[in-house]
Parts: sequence; C-alpha cells; structure tokens
Amino acid sequence: MLGYILRRLLATIPVLGIVAVLVFLMLRLTPGDPAAVIAGDNATTAQIEAIRAKLGLDQPIITQFGIWAGNLLHGNLGESFFFKKSIGELILGRIEPTLSLAIATMLIAVCVAIPLGVLAAYKHGSWIDRIVMGFSVLGFSVPVFVIGYLLIYVFAITLGWLPVQGYQPISGGFGGFIQRLILPAVTLSVIYIALIARMTRASVLEVLSEDYIRTARAKGQVERKILFRHALKNAAVPIVTVVGIGIALLIGGVVVTESVFAIPGLGRLTVDAVLARDYPTIQAVILLFSVVYVAINLGIDLAYCLFDPRIKY
Amino acid sequence: MMSRWKIVTAAAALLAGSSVLSGGLSAQAQTLKVVMHSDVKIVDPIWTTAYIVRNHGYMIYDTLFALDEKGDVKPQMVDSFTESPDKLTYKFTLRDGLLWHDGKPVTAEDCIASIKRWSARDSIGQKLATFIDTMTADDAKSFTVKLKSPTGLLLSGLGKPSSNVPFMMPKRVADTDANTQISEFIGSGPFVLKTDEWKPGDKIVYTKFKDYKPRAEPASGLAGGKVAKLDRIEWLAISDQQQAVNALLAGEIDMIEQPSFDLIPLLKSDKSIKLIDYNPLGLQYTLRPNHTLKPFDNPKVRQALTYALNQKDFLDAVIGNPDYYKVCKALFPCGSTLSSEKGMDGLLESNFKKSQELLKEAGYDGTPVVLLQSTDLQSLTNLAPVAKQLMEKGGFKVDMQSSDWQTVVARRVRKTPVTDGGWNAMLTSWVSADIMNPVMAGFLNASCDKAGFGWPCDAEMEKLRDDFAREPDIAKQKLIAEAVQARWRETVTHVHLGQYYVPIATRGNISGILSAAAPVFWNVEKK
Repeated sequence: MLGYILRRLLATIPVLGIVAVLVFLMLRLTPGDPAAVIAGDNATTAQIEAIRAKLGLDQPIITQFGIWAGNLLHGNLGESFFFKKSIGELILGRIEPTLSLAIATMLIAVCVAIPLGVLAAYKHGSWIDRIVMGFSVLGFSVPVFVIGYLLIYVFAITLGWLPVQGYQPISGGFGGFIQRLILPAVTLSVIYIALIARMTRASVLEVLSEDYIRTARAKGQVERKILFRHALKNAAVPIVTVVGIGIALLIGGVVVTESVFAIPGLGRLTVDAVLARDYPTIQAVILLFSVVYVAINLGIDLAYCLFDPRIKY
Repeated sequence: MMSRWKIVTAAAALLAGSSVLSGGLSAQAQTLKVVMHSDVKIVDPIWTTAYIVRNHGYMIYDTLFALDEKGDVKPQMVDSFTESPDKLTYKFTLRDGLLWHDGKPVTAEDCIASIKRWSARDSIGQKLATFIDTMTADDAKSFTVKLKSPTGLLLSGLGKPSSNVPFMMPKRVADTDANTQISEFIGSGPFVLKTDEWKPGDKIVYTKFKDYKPRAEPASGLAGGKVAKLDRIEWLAISDQQQAVNALLAGEIDMIEQPSFDLIPLLKSDKSIKLIDYNPLGLQYTLRPNHTLKPFDNPKVRQALTYALNQKDFLDAVIGNPDYYKVCKALFPCGSTLSSEKGMDGLLESNFKKSQELLKEAGYDGTPVVLLQSTDLQSLTNLAPVAKQLMEKGGFKVDMQSSDWQTVVARRVRKTPVTDGGWNAMLTSWVSADIMNPVMAGFLNASCDKAGFGWPCDAEMEKLRDDFAREPDIAKQKLIAEAVQARWRETVTHVHLGQYYVPIATRGNISGILSAAAPVFWNVEKK
C-alpha cells in the first residue's frame, strides 16, 4: 500500500507539470493585457510599457515561464500583480470560506442523500421512490443561482431568519459562522443530494438482488441492518467516488455560490484574478485546484479498500 | 446518526450565535456598511484614475481646495491665500491643527511634494506644471507658488474634484516616484484606513479620525466642514448586484453606491429604501473614433457620425428610465458653467441622409468600421449595438466585435491596423466632473501621439485648450469654451451621447448624503 501511495504521488509530478505549462500558455494566448488593466483608463502607452517591463511581461514567454517555474520549485508562488500581496498569503486567506462551504455542503448532502437513496431503493417502484427521484431530477435541473435567490427570498428577506450574505470566520464566533454558512451550503447541496441519492439508489438496488442479502434476510436479520450494514457497505464504492469528486468540484467551482452569497473564497479570488488578468494568481489557484483533484482522487482510491476488502493495492 | 448530545450542542451553538448577533447590533450602531461600484484593489489615487480609488482618496486624504455644491472652488486645508496683482504669485497658508493620521503636523513641504507628484500624473496637473516657475515653503505652514504666466488652472487644478484629485500626502509618501504605487496610506482626511482589516475582494474598513479638525463652515459639496459622524465605515465587495439589493432590503447593509438600473424598481417598491441623486451633473456617454486609422482619419467621416447618431436611442437602450437620463447636446455637461448648445443645431438628430452625403463626399469606400463592444459592464453593453444600427443607417459598414471590458481596455491603446488587433471606434462614459472644461476633458486633448487612445491631432484645438489654460477670467473662459465647441464640430474628437444619473440607494435611517461630484461619507448619519 505504501508503495502504491508513493507511486501515485510520483505520478502527480508530470500531471502538475503539464497543467502548469497549459495554464501558462492558455493565459498568454487569451487577449487582455494585465499592464493595461493595472495602469487604468488614462494611462499612456509609455506608462503601460513601463508596467509591462516591471512585471517582466516584456520578456519572451519562455523566459517568463522559466522564472515562474523556478520560483515554484522553491515553493514561491510569486506576488499577485494586482493585490500586491504574496499569492501564498492570498490563497491562505481565502481557503477557509471555500473549505468550510465544501465540507458543510457535503455533510448536508451525504446526511440527506444516502438515507433517501437507500429508502428509494428499498421502496423502489413505490410513490416514495418516485418522489425521491422526482426531486433529484429537479435538483439537477434548477441552476444553483435560482435556488440561492429563492432561499434568500424566503429565509433571509421574508422570514428574516438567516443573513442574506457574507462570511464570518470560525474565529469570529461559531454561531455567526454557522448562520452564514447554512443558506449557501443548502443551496449548493441540492445538486449533490440529487446526484448522491440517485447513485445510492442505483447501487443499493443492484446489491439488494445479490444472494447474500437474501441469505441475510433468511437468517432473520432486521431490515435496517440489512440495508445499512450489508447493502450500503457493498454499494459504497461508486458513492464514495461521487462524494470525493463532489468535494473536489466544490473546492474548485463554487464561483457562482460565492458570488451569490458574497463569500470571499477561492472561487471569487479566481474570478477577480481572471478579470484583472492577474497571471500569477490565476496560475497558482489553478495549480492548487489540480493538486486538490489529484489528492482527492488518491483519497478515493484508498477509501475503496475500506469498503471492499477484495481491492488490494 | 447524530447522537442526542450532539444535537443539543448544535442547537445551543446556534442559539449562542444568534444572541451574539443581536447583542452585537447595538455596538455596531455607528458602523455604515456600503456596497460601492467596485472593490478597492489599488489604493494610490494619484497613480490610477479609477473612480473607486478616487472615492477611497476622499475617505482618508484631504485637499488644499475643493468644489462646493455650486461648483465654486473653496479653500479646504488652506486657511487663507493671497494673489499678487499680476496674478503670478500665490501665497497659501494652511489651517491650524491639521494632522496626519500618525499624529504629525501637516507641513507646507508635504503639500509641495504632493502637488509635484500629482502634477506628474494628472492631465490638468501636467498642464499646470508648465505654468509653475517655483514652489517654495515659507515656513512650516505656508508656501508660495510663482507662475511663469497667469493661469486659472492653479486654483481650479488644486480644487479638481475627480480623477486625479490632488490629495495631500506626507512628504515621505509623496516623494514616491509617480509611476510607482505608494506603500503607506496615511492621510489627513476625516477617516483612517484600517490596513489590518483590509482584505481585497472582501472589504475595506475606515474608522473616524478623532483628531481631524473640520472647517467651521457647514459641509457643501466637497468643501466646507468635513464632520465624520460615523465611527466606522465598511465597503463590502459584493460582486453580484441582485445580492447587494437583497442585503439592502434585509437591512444587512446600509447603502449601495450604484444600484443597477434594472433593479431600481425593486428598491423603489420598498418603503424603507431611499434613492438619492447625489451627483446632479451625472455622467456622459461618448463614442471615441480612432483618428489614426481609415476611415476616421478623415474629419468628414467623423462629422458623418455627428449626424448619424442621436442621444435618446442610446439612453433608452441603456438607462431606460427618463428620470435618470437627459438628452444634452452641449459638449460640456448640461448644468455646468461652460455648457452651451450653441452651434449644435441639426447635429445628433439621426439625420441619416446628411450622414450618407458626407460619407460620399469623403469618398468612404465601405471598409467596415471595427466597433468594440464590452459585454460585461451593464452600463456599457447596450451602447455598441445601438451605435452599429444608427451608423449602418447613416451609410457606414460596421463590424461589431464583442469582448469583456478588460479586453477592450487593453485593445483600445493599440495603434495597429484593425487586422492586427487595432480598432476604429469604442464607447465609454465619463463622470461629468472630469469633463467640465476643455483642459480637463481627456477626449478633447488633440495632441496627436501624446493624446489618449484615439489620438486626435489638431493644432487649432490644442491652441484653444492652451488659451483656456492661460485665461483666469471666467467670462472669457466661456467664450473659449464656445470656440472649442465650434472647433469640435469640424474635427470631431469624439461624440457625446447624453447625460445620465446613477442614484445612491440607502436605508431610510441614513441621512446627510452630500450633493457632490464624488460620493463622500463625512456628514452622513445613521439613526
């Protein structure tokens, strides 16, 4: 197992290298000049050129890449063109909201979706199954921002129970932290509830027709135990995959939710950086997202053997 | 499965949280939470002309002179000044008790260094610098400016209300090269920047400067007594307009600086919200042709634009509500001192026949005009499609190319042919305070390569602008402004497409918002 983990970690190096090169090239090929953006509306060509020179943007692309890659190898993500801060610091400041949102969303999704999925599978064909599946289709189809605004309208504006926007770090008080996390997490979780519930239903349904379930029933096992101990455990592999990929997606792609709820997380940082053509920040954030994806995929693979002892590494 | 004690703990935590929230409210009573039109990322108001940075400047810095509500220049940090009979020597004395936020007194040396840095960057400052012979500190509190020839630009420049505003900074900060951003944010204004709480992309925080000594007069425009009535002001970065409106409706924030026009009906229908038009001169839309490339290198083709276009179509398409716009044919904003409609008959009325005639006379060969459209700024997006339609009716062929605003900004400084990433025409808007006279108005600068993007080249226009700069007498300035307008009809540096107004939306308990060229937060109260 240790060898497997090491091999997987080594394999991430070329992946990250390719991502780094691609991101670097893609940013340079898209139109828009950071120097012009930074210089502002009334800047003269000479002023823009001066900024370009200062940022090193007048150098050939190969040289720019060399400098950036060299810094990266020394663990230096560089300084943001626009925010005038070290990117490491910038990302650290934004990681808490995004991570909190991702974890809260997945907690809600897993807690709601798995029992729903199991129930739907157990009662498959019944009205309960149809309602669960109907809701999950709805969850897929309604865009995140629509759900967000709907929840804001009902719970924040009309009822006034929860705040409309903003983020409060845990250090500022747990109550405020949770209050501000509920609406965005619920909003985001809808789509994952739909996804995980469907996946759980399908997997459990498949397992329920297996011989060992019949054996367990024949032995007089309680239905709840059959469902959650035997069926769910054996159906867990695809569910774990969906949950894992879901977390990775949440960390990289909560842009809309962070905008709708004015949460200063990594998604917002990415959008701000893209709009400002802040190359070093965009590169660092995308690289970070890639690391997260690779790490979570490794985590998922390792989790498989917890649920299915037949899988050996 | 969550155990019972866990549920109890979670519920207790929630209750504790809500009590913290409600308990915190009274302590926060004097905090104003505002959503400005953009997030503050750069904090050097001399280095950039971005309006959000100008607004930030008004929070922490003070000015030597300032415009009052009527648009007259009034002393601000200056206590008194004298003007020699030949109008060549000005002596300025600073008010008593002016302090920087670090507690040190404001000196004449600080002000001289600040004027120097400003005049290295700003368009009026640059012009003014050509008039200045010497600036010397007489003592800690007074300094003398000697001019080479008389100009009205000294006082109007020092009282310039909008980007770049000549804000005063301590000498050590003002000595920073004008092309490098400052790294210390100390002013002598009514509010202090809380650098430890500033988080770009989230919020920027200001607190009241307790040792600020306001002038004795009541506040008027950007002049008069700047009395900070709030302890703390937070500018929150909420990128989504709908979200900002929701937060205002729910009472979580107190003010939105520029609510988008399509959401105004939502705010109007709520009785707890007030809409305040703080800037009676508003903003002006403009189309800028590129004078260096065909077909707009020909003045006749540019004149055709002034016939083909009309203001109402643009204003209807973007603003929609006539309460918030005004058709104004005058080159200088309607309602301002130099505004005049003289000689504008027949122009900007969509006389397509006349436009086609002029194009024929000019020998326009039907080469498509590359018109840049920005798609991500609500206040600009609809302008280009209207321009395309009107220009096509007027005989032009138009190739509208769409991209985000940042790409437009990057592209518009390129002088290359259109096949190589260049452009023929683009649309933007100016705050009226920036285009009040021929020297200020950036698009009237016709100094060829030295002019801004679009690069008009007209010696006669430049002579008129110089004449204006040299003329201290207001009546004579008006005559020169009319001559500028007459010359504009010939050379068409740009086409102005109407004035519009963006109201501030506040909760009902906010009062004291001043009518001024920029949104300012002194005098504002929360009850």
